[in-house]
Amino acid sequence: MTIEIRSAPHIKGTRSVEQIMRHVVWSLMPICAFFVFQYGLSALLSLLVVTVSCLLTERFFVRQGGQSGDIGDFSAIITGLLLALSLPPGFPLWMGAVAGIVAIALGKALFGGIGFNVFNPALIGRAFVQAAFPQAIASYTPSFMPGRFYEFIPSSMTIPLMQPVSVVAWLQDRQFDALAGATPLAKWKFEGVLANADELLTSLSGHMAVGPSPVLILVCGAYLAFRRFLDWRIPAAILGSAGLTAWMLFALNDVRFPNPFFMLFSGGLILGAVYMATDMATSPVTPKGMWVYGALIGLLTVIIRYYSGLPEGVMYAILIANAATPLIEKITQPTPFGKGVLSNFGRQKKGASYPLHSGYISREDAGAVTPKKRFLFNKPKQPPKE
Amino acid sequence: MTSAVIPPQTTSAVAMIRTLGLIAALCGFIIVSAYQGTYDAVRENKRIAVERAVFKVIPTARSIVEYVASPAGEIVKVGAGGTAAVSGAVKFYAGYDKDNKLAGIAVEGVAKGYSDNVRILFAYDPAAQTVSGFGVVTSRETPGIGDKILVDKNFLANFPLEAKLTADLKKLANAIVTVKHGSKTNPWEIDAITGATITSRAVGRAINDAAQLLLPRIVPHLSALKEKP
Amino acid sequence: MNASTTERWDEFMEGIWRQNPLFVMVLGLCPALAVTVSAVNALSMGLATTFVLTCSCVLVSLLRKLIPKEVRIATYIVIIATFVTVVDYLIQAISLALYDALGAFIQLIVVNCIILGRAEAHASKNPLLPTLINALGMSAGFTLGLFALGAVREILGAGTFFGIALFGADFQPWVVMVLPPGGFFVLGAWLLIFAAIARRKNARPLSSPAQGVR
Repeated sequence: MTIEIRSAPHIKGTRSVEQIMRHVVWSLMPICAFFVFQYGLSALLSLLVVTVSCLLTERFFVRQGGQSGDIGDFSAIITGLLLALSLPPGFPLWMGAVAGIVAIALGKALFGGIGFNVFNPALIGRAFVQAAFPQAIASYTPSFMPGRFYEFIPSSMTIPLMQPVSVVAWLQDRQFDALAGATPLAKWKFEGVLANADELLTSLSGHMAVGPSPVLILVCGAYLAFRRFLDWRIPAAILGSAGLTAWMLFALNDVRFPNPFFMLFSGGLILGAVYMATDMATSPVTPKGMWVYGALIGLLTVIIRYYSGLPEGVMYAILIANAATPLIEKITQPTPFGKGVLSNFGRQKKGASYPLHSGYISREDAGAVTPKKRFLFNKPKQPPKE
Repeated sequence: MTSAVIPPQTTSAVAMIRTLGLIAALCGFIIVSAYQGTYDAVRENKRIAVERAVFKVIPTARSIVEYVASPAGEIVKVGAGGTAAVSGAVKFYAGYDKDNKLAGIAVEGVAKGYSDNVRILFAYDPAAQTVSGFGVVTSRETPGIGDKILVDKNFLANFPLEAKLTADLKKLANAIVTVKHGSKTNPWEIDAITGATITSRAVGRAINDAAQLLLPRIVPHLSALKEKP
Repeated sequence: MNASTTERWDEFMEGIWRQNPLFVMVLGLCPALAVTVSAVNALSMGLATTFVLTCSCVLVSLLRKLIPKEVRIATYIVIIATFVTVVDYLIQAISLALYDALGAFIQLIVVNCIILGRAEAHASKNPLLPTLINALGMSAGFTLGLFALGAVREILGAGTFFGIALFGADFQPWVVMVLPPGGFFVLGAWLLIFAAIARRKNARPLSSPAQGVR
């Protein structure tokens, strides 16, 4: 028999990182499939290129050493898929590859690999390309274009380092005006047009330039929450706080502000709430902290959407909340059992702070003495010197 | 070699003041000679920079004359000798073409943009009563977004922009305003660039503010400016 | 004073490589991040700093026995400020466009810690020639550092190098590179590269302990 000597923890759950990540990837598959169904070949290629660039970057840094985790733990695949889902489908592929490299290198590897990152890597990648290519990332194309399964959106196939190929002529060819590619949020922000609920929910009707279907994301997220691969508190807190803030503003002024339903189901809020904000390494572990964290994201999202120059604010909201996570964890530490306010009330701090069982005799009562430490008795003195 | 051991003693105040005074005098001498040495070149550079900026907005101009317009409505030429500063006077440049006829008037305007003040120089065409074009003097707008005001074809198509005065020459008949992209209906409106609305608005405000202030002072004296003095 | 040529060369290279002000000592970050949006700006900022650093160090070195140590910092600042003013006029005389591009950072050379640091740590203790060599080496290191930043930021941020278009008219500029965050990204990348090379270089002398280690 071999005895393994090591420090705690000695009892581990049956779940491994790899298992959790694999389930998240499986649950993302229907969402990706629908995204491809919406936008055709370009979306498929975008998903592939971004994921592959994430994987290659991950492999490079894992090979270099000094990293935790390894290439097989599926986490880079999640980063790649989420990043691609949050980009416009016709985003030039070379920019997508840049986003993938930055996501893993800057968002994850520099912090020391999986589990050490402060910010969600996919969002780091997206924030970088948002800052670097502000025009390309705002140009969506209509969904359900005829012929989307055998031709690419022209901007996808841009030569590396070059400006995205203009899609205006391509759209006119298919009797769409150039503004058909605006997302519902951009349409609301810049033109004051509100999208209908059914368009937002299923994104099946019309040629609305929407992201992946929110209903599908909610279903897949519910599966993950049910299997306890993500904590339901975070999405619930985000959607609750965003909905509540939007509803209060809507009640104050229903002309200026859109209804809360539009707030919840447009843009990337659902995707962010279910898949990005729940990243285990970057969200609080304390239950109370999760509520605070989620509420912060929801509130910030609505504020950015209403009061800033940007139409969409989920990304920055989550990144800011990621940065606040250590602080949130610190102030929401749960009280150990028996250490609460009530049990300390009117009592001196000294002595046992837990209620003693009447049958228990403390060491002091029994007059026990702590034996001297003898553990190092057989320790070799000094290694012999040459 | 350089082992001149400095004894660990404190220096007397007189010695300190003497040394500091000596060094200050030396530094003062260096600064004054640098100032004297570069004075002419700096002036020439500034003149060329102004000229180049004016020629850019008034393409037909071949020479410029600098004026100030005082609040009382007088227009005084700023000569080489320099004019006594009148409080509230606004500077402008008159550009003259190769026949020494007035080609246009260049005025500087300032308005708050996205990240800092946007300073522009715009040309007023007295014959057509329009703003014929503009150039940026300084701006810290976001590259790729805010700096499109100089290259965006739709935005540049806003010029010439109507800048007529009311009959009593007291103010602009129609204030110059920047409107949302695609909703320009009148010749005195500026069609904003999508995504760079704030910078577009800054251009409109800069032109409007400067024109409201300056044009009522200049236009009554246009005949005096017709020929190059 | 019988320093051989190689020793002087080492002294010079020290500023460029082992004690590079930007990439090893990480000093003078204010101009390094603010004005390096193009190679020309970076190079001219580097040359302006070179002028100020060299002239101030030479003057400090010449006057080192005269300057009372109680008021030495005040004296150094007066001397540095003098040469910053001179360089300010010089740049205005050379090109107003450059002067506008560098903006307030010309005047801010006066608070660049590299210059005061060199005056205090080196020039005030050494005679003219070593001071000159050290100052030139340091400023060469700083200029090269700025240039490395400016070149990368100009190539990615505008697709040009010294104003010459490299990729044709269709190049997509990386807007973030000419914004302040881009400065941090590029500086971080250069620091990473420098640290990696330095580590690899230091790994070798360890196996042959004859090499002197500072």
